[in-house]
Order: sequence, then C-alpha cells, then structure tokens
Amino acid sequence: MSKKELLCGNEAISEAAIKAGCRYYYGYPITPQNEISAYMALHLPKVDGTFIQAESEIAAINMAAGTAATGKRVMTSSSGPGLSLKQEGLSFFAAAELPLVVVDAMRAGPGLGNITPSQADYFQATRGGGHGDYRQIVLAPASVSEAAELTRRAFYLADKYRIVAMLLLDGMLAQTREPVVINQDPLEDDFDKSWAVTGCKGRTPNVVKSLFLQERSLEEFIEKQLIKYSVIEETETEAELYHTADAEYILIAYGTPARMCRSVVDRYRAKGIKVGLLRPVTLWPYPSRMLRDTLRHAKHYLVVEWSAGQMFEDVRIALGYDRPIHLLSKLGGSLMDIEEIDNKLDELLINQGARI
Amino acid sequence: MTTYTMPESLKNVRTHYCPGCSHGIIHKILAECIDELNMRENTVGVSPVGCAVIAYEYLNLDMVEALHGRAPAIATGLKRALPDKLVFTYQGDGDLLAIGISELIHAANRGENFTIIFVNNRVYGMTGGQMAPTTAPGQKTLTTPYGRDGKMGEPIDVMHLIEPFSNVKYLARGAVYHPNEIRKTKNLIKRALEMQISGDGFSLVEVLATCPTYWRMSPGEAMDYVKDNIAPHVQMGVIKEQ
Ligand code: SF4
Repeated sequence: MSKKELLCGNEAISEAAIKAGCRYYYGYPITPQNEISAYMALHLPKVDGTFIQAESEIAAINMAAGTAATGKRVMTSSSGPGLSLKQEGLSFFAAAELPLVVVDAMRAGPGLGNITPSQADYFQATRGGGHGDYRQIVLAPASVSEAAELTRRAFYLADKYRIVAMLLLDGMLAQTREPVVINQDPLEDDFDKSWAVTGCKGRTPNVVKSLFLQERSLEEFIEKQLIKYSVIEETETEAELYHTADAEYILIAYGTPARMCRSVVDRYRAKGIKVGLLRPVTLWPYPSRMLRDTLRHAKHYLVVEWSAGQMFEDVRIALGYDRPIHLLSKLGGSLMDIEEIDNKLDELLINQGARI
Repeated sequence: MTTYTMPESLKNVRTHYCPGCSHGIIHKILAECIDELNMRENTVGVSPVGCAVIAYEYLNLDMVEALHGRAPAIATGLKRALPDKLVFTYQGDGDLLAIGISELIHAANRGENFTIIFVNNRVYGMTGGQMAPTTAPGQKTLTTPYGRDGKMGEPIDVMHLIEPFSNVKYLARGAVYHPNEIRKTKNLIKRALEMQISGDGFSLVEVLATCPTYWRMSPGEAMDYVKDNIAPHVQMGVIKEQ
C-alpha cells in the first residue's frame, strides 16, 4: 500500500508527475511555485530524469517543447508573470499539437502584482493567453490530494488529445500542506506517438512545426482542432455538485474558495437554508451545459472568486442575463475571510425576505 | 573517379531560396556530413525563424521548427531526451544573436551536447533586409538606411561571446565563396558533428554567408564581397577545440 505523506500542493503535483512517468522538468524560479523545481531537482535524478533550471521562462517552455517533440512526458510550471512569458510557447504547443503538463500557481496581478494567493489568471488560462485560435485543458484542484490526482489525469489527457493540460491552482493551495496518498499507477500511458521526432529510422521523416503557409492549410488545421475541442467538451468536462439538487442558493467557486464555500453550505444547511455548491473541476471545458440545463432552478447564484470576476463571465455565458448572478470577489491577493461569504449570502437571503 | 551523387539527407526538390543564396550550399554540405557519418536515421534537426524556417522541406531528416531564437532551448530538450541522437540547430544571425542570444549563451554554458550551424549573412532576409546584430558598421539595410552607426551597436562576434565557457568544446568559422572554402567548411561541420557523437559537448560552426537580395548585389559580387571584405578581417578555421 502507498504511504501517506505530508506534502504541499506544489510537492504533491511534483511527486504525482514523477509517478505518472514524467522524467523531464524545466523551470524558472518564481513564487509561489518554487517547491516544484526544488522537488524535481532533488527527486528526478533518482529516477534517471532530467531537471534543468532554465535561464528564463521562455527557455523553459521551449526546452519542454523539445522534449515533448520526442514523445516523452514533460512538465513545466510557473506563476502569473512567468505564465505570461510562457504564452508564446503555449501557442506553439497548440499549433504543433504537442502534449504538455504546465502548472500555474496563481499569485496576484497585473504586473509583478503580489506574491499572495489569487485566481486572477483565469482568463489567461482558459482563453488561451497566447496568440491565435486555440484551447488548452485547465484543471482546478481544491485539495492537495486532488492536485495529485489531477496531475495524473493531466498527463493522460495531454497525451490522449495531444494538447496542453494546465493545472491551475491558487497560491494558497500550492503552499498548503496536507496528508496525501499519491496513486502509484499512471493512467493509460500507451499512446500512439508515431508523430514524434526520434530519428527517421525505417520511416519517412517527421516534422514538428507551427507554420502553415500553404493556402487554407492553417484554416484546415484549426478546423481539425475545433473538432478535437468539441470531443473534449463532450467527454472531459467535470464538476462537483454539493447539495445542488434542491438548492435555492447556489455558490459557484473553484480551488481554495470552493473549500470555504463547502463549509458555508454545511453551516447553512444545518440551519435549514437550501444552499448548494457547484465546483468546476475543469475550467476549460467549463461545465456550462450542467449549469444551463440542470442548475437553472436556483433563486440566486453567488460566484466566489479571488479575482475581479473572471470565472463570473463563464457563469454569465452559461446562465444568461435573466438569472440573478452575484459576485463576491477578492482583489489583489488579499485574503478572504469566510465571514465575507456568510455576509454576502445573508444579504441575498434578507433581500428574499428570509429570516436568518 | 568520384561520381557526384545527391546526398540522401537532402530531398531532391527545388528550394525557395533566392538565386545565389548561400543556404543551398550550406544545406548540401551539412547533408553530406550527416550521410558520411551514417547518421541520417539518427538525427533530429531544428530549423529557425528566418529564410531557413522550412529547411525541413529540403533536409530529409526528422526536424522541429523552432520559434524565433528558441532553437537552442528546443535542441536542449531534444538532446536531453534523446542523448544518443545527433542534434543540430540551423540558425541565422538575427535568430541566434538578437532574439535568441540568451538561449544561445546558456545552452553553450551548460555545454549541451549539440551543434549549432550558424549562417551569418549580416541581415534579416525573410522580413525584407533589416539590420542584424552582425550588420557591419556603415552597412545600409532597410532599418539603417543611412548606414549602421555606433548608436545601433557594433557587430556581435559570437566567438567572443561563448569562447570563454569551458563547456564550449568546438568553435569554427568557414565560408562558401569558393569550392576550396566550401570543402574546408564541410570539414569543420563534420568535425563538430563527430565531436558531438563522441559526447564532447557544445559545438558551433559559423558560416560566412551571402544574401545577394538584400545586399543588393549579384550572386558573384556577394561571394567576392565575403572573400575580399569579410573573411580577411575575422579569424577563420578552428577557433577552439578541446
Ligand atoms: S533573402 Fe537573402 S538569405 Fe533569404 S533566401 Fe534570399 S538571398 Fe537567401
């Protein structure tokens, strides 16, 4: 049986990556994700893996592209400002259809912002922060255990769809230490990699590239990607529903704020107030259909988010302007107190004439 | 008697390069070296952004097309994952010494065991003839219409930049303006690749090339210009071998 370890989110992701067969990691120092490179520097050599502290975020993601082009599992990680620098690489991965697992432990922005926890990279993660028409899978863990489990999934999804899979976690979860058991078995990892560059022995040469100069060739490539993206939307969308079936008030949150919301739900339920929680696990694809088709019944929706309301827009798109959607945001990496959620919820309840 | 044959590492297709451009010659001698080392099926090349971006249309090898300047980082990731394969980058002056200078210096300092073929024609060809880091003082380009002056910096010599690193094992400079020079340059490239195969570490061969189109010269004038005005002022041949 696997043993229980006390790890922070960053370390759990690193260990889960190694267990998933990742032997290559390239990174650049930035807070709050430094535990990942420290862990990889210490542990990858023990499994004949490669760790390089790159000269820049841009070099790190391009080194990852070189390794990904050979078909081997590879990871890189960063935070806000570093992720912005990696965007040219992420756009390249999308155009070259290379698999990658990338971690963003979110700090507050814009600019150098603040090193404290935030969720303000949501747009950059879910909209494709680099240039061009493309998508990447975005997974949002809410506990250290889930961070490890979603890392395992991320490698599987990246290979399965030849796509970038991003683990998007707030800096709080990245740094929080919890007991965790890392699953030893990688998910299916036997994917066809006949596209990889390995030396053209016994076959015509392979080329990994992102330039499409011939007329209509880029258009056709993107059309093919769009089909792939819709398959991902169909099959890989995931969310956790907590007491939503009869809920009159639905909280919507991901990451650490979702954990806070869960305890809010418990306390209000104990008082007989019908509160529920929708916690998206995949931020792209977003559980829009679930919201639209099965969660339309609530009287009020409250999005709790450590940004100025970025995921809020996805909720708006799913539910439309005719549903009462509210936002409780926390800006600039300041910490949210759970009472702030209570107060906001009480406000909605009072407006509805409830006695609390 | 030797019969001329097409190298297997070169595809038998027409290139898009301008008449008299050096890229064709350099592709050919590189392909010959790979053939002679019997490495065609064990090679991964990296093409740059620049006129040679689609070098994979001409080289009959597994290739990755890098983003602008990132070829040494891509090659690092390739070689670390495939330590037994021959890995090279093929880069121009803007790619290697402007936007990609950081990737170059750090790959060299780490002693990554791959080879850079550096094609220096002192100008950005693909985008229409702008100033490059290697543009000569006074040279007129699209973006130095009055000639490059000191405020636009001096030409950067890649050898001066990376020669001091102990992990840099082989540096050489050749030209292609005459069959003799082509033969010498081919030997330099071959030596670099051989050293990589024996695991020695980082190697780079600079080739003094021409861009007749943006030098506004005929192919012959451009070749003569290298012979008379460039090669005599720089160190040619092996610059470092350890
Ligand atoms: S622009 Fe210059 S470097 Fe580019 S193909 Fe033409 S001659 Fe060669």
